[in-house]
Amino acid sequence: MKKIMNQEENVMEETLQGFIDAYAADYERVDGVNGVIYRHMDPDKVSVITGGGAGHEPLFVGFAGKGLASGAAMGNVFAAPNPDTILEVTKAVENKAGVLYIYGNYAGDVLNFDMASELAEMEDIETRTVKVSDDVASASKENKEERRGIAGDVFVIKAAGAAADAGLSLDEVTRIAAKANENTHSIGVGISPGTSPGKKAPMFELPDNQIEFGLGIHGEKGIRRAEMMSADDLADEMLDHLLADAALESGDEAVILLNGLGSTTLMELLIVNQKVHKELLAKGITVYDTDVNSYCTTQEMGGFSITILKLDEELKTYYDAPAHSPYYHK
Amino acid sequence: MEKQTMNHLSVDDVKQMLLYVGETITASKDYLGQIDAEIGDGDHGTGMATGAEAFMKKLRESEFETINDVFKTTGMEMMKSMGGASGIIFGTMFSDGVKQLESKSSIDHTGLADIFRGSLDSVKKRGKADVGDKTMIDALDPAVQTLESDASKEWTLTEVLKHAEEAAWNGVEETKQITAKHGRAKTLGERTKGYQDAGATSVWLIFKSMREWVEQHEG
Repeated sequence: MKKIMNQEENVMEETLQGFIDAYAADYERVDGVNGVIYRHMDPDKVSVITGGGAGHEPLFVGFAGKGLASGAAMGNVFAAPNPDTILEVTKAVENKAGVLYIYGNYAGDVLNFDMASELAEMEDIETRTVKVSDDVASASKENKEERRGIAGDVFVIKAAGAAADAGLSLDEVTRIAAKANENTHSIGVGISPGTSPGKKAPMFELPDNQIEFGLGIHGEKGIRRAEMMSADDLADEMLDHLLADAALESGDEAVILLNGLGSTTLMELLIVNQKVHKELLAKGITVYDTDVNSYCTTQEMGGFSITILKLDEELKTYYDAPAHSPYYHK
Repeated sequence: MEKQTMNHLSVDDVKQMLLYVGETITASKDYLGQIDAEIGDGDHGTGMATGAEAFMKKLRESEFETINDVFKTTGMEMMKSMGGASGIIFGTMFSDGVKQLESKSSIDHTGLADIFRGSLDSVKKRGKADVGDKTMIDALDPAVQTLESDASKEWTLTEVLKHAEEAAWNGVEETKQITAKHGRAKTLGERTKGYQDAGATSVWLIFKSMREWVEQHEG
């Protein structure tokens, strides 16, 4: 696979440097580690920190910003950040009102953030954690806390960032973030694998005519393999899984995110979106807002995910609050 | 230097031995990466090499008073540098075994058994995993058990470590029969059968290289 890069070992460093060079007015690098912070923070407010493995751009760095996270702690490509990185970012953000960690639910991220949290407590910084677990294909509904986090990170960070911006306490911001996670459900479909920078082989094998429902963003096994099908049929099968799981009913309001995984085009995403809207309308579900974008990617992986955030009045307030980063606007 | 059978390791011996472990891990980067790529994301070799380079640098530039400090420093450097699940798990394997141990400037094979027993208990607790989950514990647990059962024997350090190394390798072989229950490989389920666990392979390499170093430094 051709990839525009230099040495493999410099991929993370050069990605972060490129980001800082582009947006230095609003972001700065945390000394000595792969972390960035948003410059314009309020010392009296709670800080949200996100993070995870690199390679999913614009997540996670691109979700630091106004009304979003205050900082991002980055690991190497598809590997959780180390505790030192998370701790240094925690110390670099405004932390007097406490810090909420929000990240996708993966073993490596949990181990490293938990350790960072212990280290932060030793420095008298209060922390809380909300693990995003929106992927309905990764575990049963009864085991929601075992589910992986995929594009749903966006809605949870959005809600928490807005709650922090509104001046809520650490416990309240945590409650809002946890509620957003409870109300966020996603499912993905993979049609072609991506390649990790510097690696010759693709991240997983998927025959050319095959697709996988529920495929994870690192190639984790999904629900079933199938022959390639039309956009309408894809949307139908994905919505069947999602609506059952999210307990969405006629009269409910929801926000939809169609997230491309890297090489899937906006045209393809829009074609899926027309079917998603048609089906939701037929079921009496009000689409409050729609976002068609590629926020949570896996290099040139082909496919997309559909994320549904079920709204109530409280979540609507925080969803509507202004937010801004170079890659996200509200 | 002792030219006869080696029964004790001094502070400097432990440091030199762990430096040799680090060099072995670094040299095995591609081997570990290939094993991991079968059922994981192929970054285990790179991650372990990053950790090894970090602890070798720190060990080389530091003076140590106790064996506890050497192990603790090795583990902390891995935790700080590696990231991923393996950073915490392998960092814990080196740093936590000496936590409950009184400060020592020399250890024999009983001391090694004590250290790795502490490591194993901590790794299990932190990783929320046990034998049979297709993780590095499948190699570390049998290695520690042989270290403990050999503690009372009149064996040389080389013999004891050789036995632990074999137990670790048998553990690696057994991971091929297991379906993954932890980490990213978990989601591949049945597809992970037939492949050895990369973390378990690293544990075997660590015991193998400790044995090699001791063997080379015996008479």
